[in-house]
Amino acid sequence: MIRKSLTVLVIDENHIRASIIEAGLREAGHEQVTIVHDVAGIARRIAEIEPDVIVIDLENPNRDMLENMFQLSRVVKRPIAMFVDRSDQASIEAAVEAGVSAYVVDGLRQERVKPILDMAISRFNAFSRMARELEEARSELEDRKLIDRAKGILMRSRGLSEDAAYTLLRKTAMNQNRKISEIAQSLVTAAGLLDPGES
Amino acid sequence: MAAEHQINAGFMPLFDSAVLVAAKEIGFAAREGVDLTLSRETSWANIRDRIAIGHFDLAHMLGPMPIACNLGLTPLASDTIVPFSLGLGGNCVTVSNRLWAGMAAHGALPDLNPARAGKALGALIRERANAGRDPLRFAVVHPHSGHNYELRYWLAACGIDPSREIEIVIVPPPFMADALAAGRIDGYCAGEPWNSASVVAGTGHIATVKATIWKTSPEKVVGVRKAWAEKHPEALSALLRALHHAARWCQDPANRGELAALMAQPAFLGLSPALQMPILTGHLALGGGAERTVEDFFLPFDKAANFPWKSHALWFYTQMVRWGHVAHTPENLAIARDCYRPDLYRSALKPLGVALPGANSKVEGALASATPVGSAGASLVLGPDGFFDGQTFDPDEVDAYIAGQMARAEA
Repeated sequence: MIRKSLTVLVIDENHIRASIIEAGLREAGHEQVTIVHDVAGIARRIAEIEPDVIVIDLENPNRDMLENMFQLSRVVKRPIAMFVDRSDQASIEAAVEAGVSAYVVDGLRQERVKPILDMAISRFNAFSRMARELEEARSELEDRKLIDRAKGILMRSRGLSEDAAYTLLRKTAMNQNRKISEIAQSLVTAAGLLDPGES
Repeated sequence: MAAEHQINAGFMPLFDSAVLVAAKEIGFAAREGVDLTLSRETSWANIRDRIAIGHFDLAHMLGPMPIACNLGLTPLASDTIVPFSLGLGGNCVTVSNRLWAGMAAHGALPDLNPARAGKALGALIRERANAGRDPLRFAVVHPHSGHNYELRYWLAACGIDPSREIEIVIVPPPFMADALAAGRIDGYCAGEPWNSASVVAGTGHIATVKATIWKTSPEKVVGVRKAWAEKHPEALSALLRALHHAARWCQDPANRGELAALMAQPAFLGLSPALQMPILTGHLALGGGAERTVEDFFLPFDKAANFPWKSHALWFYTQMVRWGHVAHTPENLAIARDCYRPDLYRSALKPLGVALPGANSKVEGALASATPVGSAGASLVLGPDGFFDGQTFDPDEVDAYIAGQMARAEA
């Protein structure tokens, strides 16, 4: 028996994350996937698309509006309820922790929806990991630039070699139990205050 | 010294989270041995979900929300109890400049009088209906909210059917002013500072306020996961004492400047301190240069503001029944009554020797003026607490109250 594939609506203001989920759903064989970034006019879109499953990020402040609409709106032909599998508390926790929630039309069997929710959870987590790594890489780069500037200040003001300047920064950081980048920041700030030309 | 109790709480960026915020930031929680962690949320649905899965032990909630949870009206509902109320009043009904002009043409004055404003709105609504125009659209923050029920109460008492003659939609509070300015809604009922935000922007008029529709009426509460409360009674008691001291601090006019600056911080509301002052002083700019000072506009502490009256829970329940959110049965009535827990409030605060109401319920709307009442400990003043239409709500006569409102709707 060939089952009609589920129609999935993804509501996510984050364009990159939405694309990642869309790609995942398509890889899993879901061809009818619609992405919505802005909830303006969402009632009409839902009426047009008639989604079986709605995936939404928890950062979206419009969740209360959407939940109310799923229950009451005349444009929603079939009632839509939050996906809650009482027997599977772990998956609900995983969803909230990942920052995603799913709503399904009335009467849809849980086992058809579960893989979609699981996929959304793993993609949300992958996205958070990616965002975190990107942030770490960015701050690492900034730290390095800061340390280079601090070294430059020490080399000029105290006539140190680059290695000696770095050693001094590292030793000071160890003595004060702080990060080298913090010592570098203090030095750059202080130098800026003492000599407006430096900053 | 490490704190004895770790408590995780969620809150929404609204001014009436102030008592929780002050408990943490001014140090009242720490003084009671509570390490209180506050997490700002973006929707009431998130608060409900995080309570249900145990991320939060308790949270800033809309007064009817825990009742709706216990009645099974929401998904992921977990048994939630209310041992503390976060304040009385604080909401306004704000309308667009265009709607205000229409209401003014039908006799509305910038005096916040609910009866006069409602009469003008009713005349305008019928004029629009006769001209075949679309119904006006109002927004509230959540279906199970004081906002929804007081807006509907006000309209119905003025002869307007809120289910048929206007449309009511849900909009998150921080988006209300923008939605009004953009013409997506014609009016809304929300807490401060989101009404003053529209007035300051020059895009809205405050038509009336919660504190005149129903004086000293309930608004936000502390909703606690019941299973957590039963497992950690000492932690809960310590927190309630901290909240009591924080609420008293928030009420003290001497602390207004500090409280406004605290709530203005990006971690809480992220709006200018000036915008926090109307709720603290009750002095409101209404739009178009009009100003009014509203008595008891928002009470975080005075008039037993923190006491979780069962009559408040029952009034919310009657409105849930009235507007078709739940069927009236003896079981549902008991669930609503048991949701609010004055016994927990009393037992936590008893050691402080402060004024505690002797009763768990009161007849709402019975006090025409401020009245000293019998209480354990120090003296306590309640009221005035009248509904603007002169009705009273006797919590022992729930059936008659519901029947009366239904009959008026059908008449």
